[in-house]
Amino acid sequence: MGFTRLLHGHKTFDHGIYPIEHKELTAGKPIRRLPFADELVIPLQQHKGRASVPIVKVGQEVVRGEPIAVADHFVSVPMHAPATGVIRAIGLAPTAEGPKTQAIFLKVYHAASQQVLYGSECEPEHMNVKDIIQAVQDAGLVGLGGGAFPSHVKMQPPAGRVIHTLLVNGCECEPYLTCDHRIMLEQTEHLIRGIRIALRATRAERAIIGVEDNKLDAVSHLRARIPKHLPITVEAVRSKYPQGAEKMLITALLDAEVPAGGLPADVGVAVFNVGTLAQMGELVPLGRGLIERVVTVSGPAVKNPGNFLVPIGTPVRFLLDQVGLKGPLGQVILGGPMMGMAVSSLDVPVTKSVSGVVALEPEDPALARRQVYPCIKCGECLRACPVSLNPSMLGELAVAREYGVMAGQFNLDQCFECGCCAFVCPSNIPLTQYFRIAKSINRDALRRDETKQTRH
Amino acid sequence: MSRGIEIRTSPHLKRVVTVDKIMRTVVLALLPIAAFAVWQFGLSVLLLLLTTTGVAILTEWGFARAGGRGNTVADWSAVITGLLLGLTLPPGFPLWMAAVAAFVGIALGKALFGGLGYNVMNPALVGRAFVQAAFPVAITTWTPAFAPGRFTEVIPSTLTLPFMQPIPVGDWIASLNLDGWSGATPLAIQKFQHIETPIMDTFSGMIAGSAGETSAILILICGLWLAWQRMLDWRIPVSVMAGAVLVALPFWLLDPSLYPSPWFVLCSGGLMLGAWFMASDMVASPVTASGVILYGLFIGALTVVIRLFGGLVEGIMYAILLANALGPLISSWTQPRVYGSK
Repeated sequence: MGFTRLLHGHKTFDHGIYPIEHKELTAGKPIRRLPFADELVIPLQQHKGRASVPIVKVGQEVVRGEPIAVADHFVSVPMHAPATGVIRAIGLAPTAEGPKTQAIFLKVYHAASQQVLYGSECEPEHMNVKDIIQAVQDAGLVGLGGGAFPSHVKMQPPAGRVIHTLLVNGCECEPYLTCDHRIMLEQTEHLIRGIRIALRATRAERAIIGVEDNKLDAVSHLRARIPKHLPITVEAVRSKYPQGAEKMLITALLDAEVPAGGLPADVGVAVFNVGTLAQMGELVPLGRGLIERVVTVSGPAVKNPGNFLVPIGTPVRFLLDQVGLKGPLGQVILGGPMMGMAVSSLDVPVTKSVSGVVALEPEDPALARRQVYPCIKCGECLRACPVSLNPSMLGELAVAREYGVMAGQFNLDQCFECGCCAFVCPSNIPLTQYFRIAKSINRDALRRDETKQTRH
Repeated sequence: MSRGIEIRTSPHLKRVVTVDKIMRTVVLALLPIAAFAVWQFGLSVLLLLLTTTGVAILTEWGFARAGGRGNTVADWSAVITGLLLGLTLPPGFPLWMAAVAAFVGIALGKALFGGLGYNVMNPALVGRAFVQAAFPVAITTWTPAFAPGRFTEVIPSTLTLPFMQPIPVGDWIASLNLDGWSGATPLAIQKFQHIETPIMDTFSGMIAGSAGETSAILILICGLWLAWQRMLDWRIPVSVMAGAVLVALPFWLLDPSLYPSPWFVLCSGGLMLGAWFMASDMVASPVTASGVILYGLFIGALTVVIRLFGGLVEGIMYAILLANALGPLISSWTQPRVYGSK
């Protein structure tokens, strides 16, 4: 298999892995709208940056699309009511990350028309950059591929940086997920409009849509529909995990590397997910806010997997009820199985960055007892790591609690926890988890040092 | 829902290859070589391999138990050590000495460092180096291949009583009435008489030598299969061979009557077995991509240097042991260039 991939040679990055894709479960299933759950839970922090501030009161009735929380900072976004209903409470709700956070609980009026009446139309093609960026922030747009970074912030490069190329990420390298694939096929017009808006806002000269070569139908579909006068091209890249990581896509398409600790803007690039741009193309011209997204619900435990248009705030439990389960549940993962997070409770809601809900069957007890062997220095992790770290060495340092050495000499901070090392490790060493822990310990230590310094 | 959902950390997918599977595959790759050795040298080699493997397993079990590390025999690494060690010994090597070698290999070469994954050197070669020093005569006593009656009787020295010097095999070899048997391996013949054994003989194993090192072609096939299974880093054996050729070639060009040809260098002695199955030991070799190449070249070059200019006939064992010791240093020299750094 590896050999045929060498032969047809689409662009790619060094290292990486080939997990089984399981995309055939949902790749052919058109996006379907799901009904509303009885209650939607809208966390105030669904994005990177500052949490948004609620502007509604308990008991207040809201109309679908109406702003219910505002951004109080540049790196923040507002929230909009995903349904017409009444605010039941503002309080703590469970999240996939673990700690409970503030959220707005919205009781849905099932009898209401659920029409979106909010929003004032505009023509972003004729607006200036500042206004577009404001319009994108007002739409509450964040990276829908999983990053959840506010989109308008990425449109404004740091001082002294010029963005020349817009990369549109249609890789979708996580196993099981097909929502971006369907978006490229079904929301093509919105996507192209979104790219035009982003091109204008970033002042980039061209846009390249990168699509993994397991979705060649999307490549030809897009190529056929992009107007010839637009500086937008579509390129197939090799289907390899983690091709969809921002840095890996930049390397594959532009043969450039984002400097350590830097941003894509440092090499003149801004990267947006296809789902984000499709929503941008749909919402910004209408002046509306992000209230729903496409989610792939799949996995071995799911009876009727598919791609669904899901209101933000829909509890995972409701989604799983809609698709049906084959039997007992094991893990339920938000996002894909490589980087996604297992939820501790089915009450966790779908947020803006949830691209998939993957339900696994209970783990085979034989696998659960899987033995952890010592590292045999086979080097598989070095050959898998997309940023060329030495996970074998880092793993031994983690066991020895040399967290400072890990960061100082072995570039721990370049690790973005893609999971390749732990995936290939024949000794079953939980490398990715070790690195997550080491990074958070280092962060805590740094914070302690900073507070100590300010005190003196 | 009757039972709670499960929570683990990402990645939630895992490739199925595990350490014990890698080790079992290596054992599988060694079996044809072992079988050929038994066919070539008979009952004695069968007993030899059973002894080294058995003692290696017992020693591993004993030390793991004493160290409270559970049952580490199940990872199959001790079986590899035992088998490999047996294959590097002369066919008529006294069994009690082989048992000492296996014990020392596992005990000093592996258990002392903390078991699998922590050993600095290849345990099989540690065991062999020990008996090379302790029993210099026995380890250089060679017996002919394809002796008649090799499946019904053992080489006399095999059954030497423990702590006794080996029974001389001269009379036994004489009784076989073999034409042209000099009692020397092709390496020794080349070194001291400057006569090269025909390459086809060294390739196919129709020569004297250690039990498992005689057929270069068989070792090559088994090694290539293992590399194809992705259980062996092909860069190591390839760079060992490249290193050997690089050093041997200029001398051979200078004086072909005195120095061996690169082909002979590759196919004679333990170079093939060492390159494919011992230098490639994952634990004792560097982990970095450029490090393994440096490591392999060093082994190949040093082997030839020892062969040509050292007092010893064969140098692969010490070359690998020395390179093993250098492994961590080579790794630290050749850390990969991290993405986004200069």
